[in-house]
Amino acid sequence: MIAIVDYKAGNLTSVQHALEFLGHKSEITDRPDRIIKADRVILPGVGAAGATMENLHALGLVDVLRDDVARAGKPFLGICIGIQVLFDRSEEDDAKCLGIIPGRVGRYPRAIDGRPLKVPQIGWNRVRQTQPHRVFAGVPDNTHFYFVNSYYPIPDDPSLAIGVCDYGVPFTAAVARDNVIATQFHLEKSGTAGLKLLDNFCRLSL
Amino acid sequence: MLAKRIIPCLDVRDGKVTKGVQFLKNVDVGDPVAMARYYYNEGADEIVFYDITASNERRGIMLDVVRAVAREIFIPFSVGGGLRTLDDMRAVLLAGAEKVSIDSGAVRNPAIISEGARAFGRQCIVLSMQVKKTGVRPAVPTGYEVVIDGGRQPTGRDALAWSLEGERLGAGELCINSIDRDGTKLGYDLEITRRISEAVSIPVIASGGAGEPVHLRDAFTSGLADAAIVASIVHYGEHPIPALKSYLKGNGVEIREAVTVDLGAR
Repeated sequence: MIAIVDYKAGNLTSVQHALEFLGHKSEITDRPDRIIKADRVILPGVGAAGATMENLHALGLVDVLRDDVARAGKPFLGICIGIQVLFDRSEEDDAKCLGIIPGRVGRYPRAIDGRPLKVPQIGWNRVRQTQPHRVFAGVPDNTHFYFVNSYYPIPDDPSLAIGVCDYGVPFTAAVARDNVIATQFHLEKSGTAGLKLLDNFCRLSL
Repeated sequence: MLAKRIIPCLDVRDGKVTKGVQFLKNVDVGDPVAMARYYYNEGADEIVFYDITASNERRGIMLDVVRAVAREIFIPFSVGGGLRTLDDMRAVLLAGAEKVSIDSGAVRNPAIISEGARAFGRQCIVLSMQVKKTGVRPAVPTGYEVVIDGGRQPTGRDALAWSLEGERLGAGELCINSIDRDGTKLGYDLEITRRISEAVSIPVIASGGAGEPVHLRDAFTSGLADAAIVASIVHYGEHPIPALKSYLKGNGVEIREAVTVDLGAR
């Protein structure tokens, strides 16, 4: 069973639909015991870092995700806001985040070379695979994925990036460290390429 | 670099696609789910459903369509038409749409933009507006006026001013639909699209008038649009999406090449 973490924000059903389409059983839940029991855990969604962290605290899920999922070696996938809260801090709401991956989350610049940059980034952007990783199996390099974000992750250790992208500035679009994998782009809205990545995550033995 | 998006628009009434679409042999062209699946497989970057159901009692049908589409279409899609309240928006989003498009309802009650942005995130809220050239005057300095109710009702609002107001209130994207160009196949209204795109810092979607591939190129280059709505140009099969994309790529426009990844047998 895959647990999709319900932190009272965002539309979680699209991730569940994608898993269903791929033939993987999942459950949307905010219960610590269900998350601890799950084989894999997905933290998806859209939203602001501050509100997401507040909700995770209120639900008693901060320690669960940090200790019983990430540190315990359970396969863990963060999507969109789910990648951002993995880091130490986010510039958005100046939020203290989960601290699972060292680094921070910054905002896109308002202008590049005097030309305003449209923020949020909304749309399809190419992801360059900077190192081979099993979640990319069968997905061609430089494939477009669907993004909706104003902020982006900046890992302290650049070697944790497995995919990079460019939106005015180069940024980390996907990270992996052991059992923890996360993407800034929406796997569940990125066509068959996104589905393939999601499927690969669901089949990984870590 | 972010790709320019091509967004087919399907008009739906009482759960059926109403116009255009008449070229496909193996697809029920009246079935919005089948049509969405077709455009998804063709490499559409997003899909818009415009609900033109007249009676309120039958609006629930659209939610069934949205739920069915969400189960098998894994690209973003939005729903517009007749959304007036937060509850209207919530129902559509919970049914699986990525975004809602609000139009006349936002002109009548601009607070719906900020309420929607606060409740669901601004990336969910597309402020769509129908604009018409009605002449430069003090209230309408660009000469482009916002009209509502299918273009019948002038509002006295300037399209650029309304765009800036919409952005300030929390819209995540703007869709500029030229009533003058709609259905003409003469191309998008590049002037107003460009003026708005230059003035705001959120994505702008061009709409109304696409008849030839060059119209899309112009919308993305001189019109500075981030995305373009297509209807009859794709619905009649003359210019399928892959052909439009290869034309745009050949003209230096960054587009998403639709990769079909083999998901294996399940």
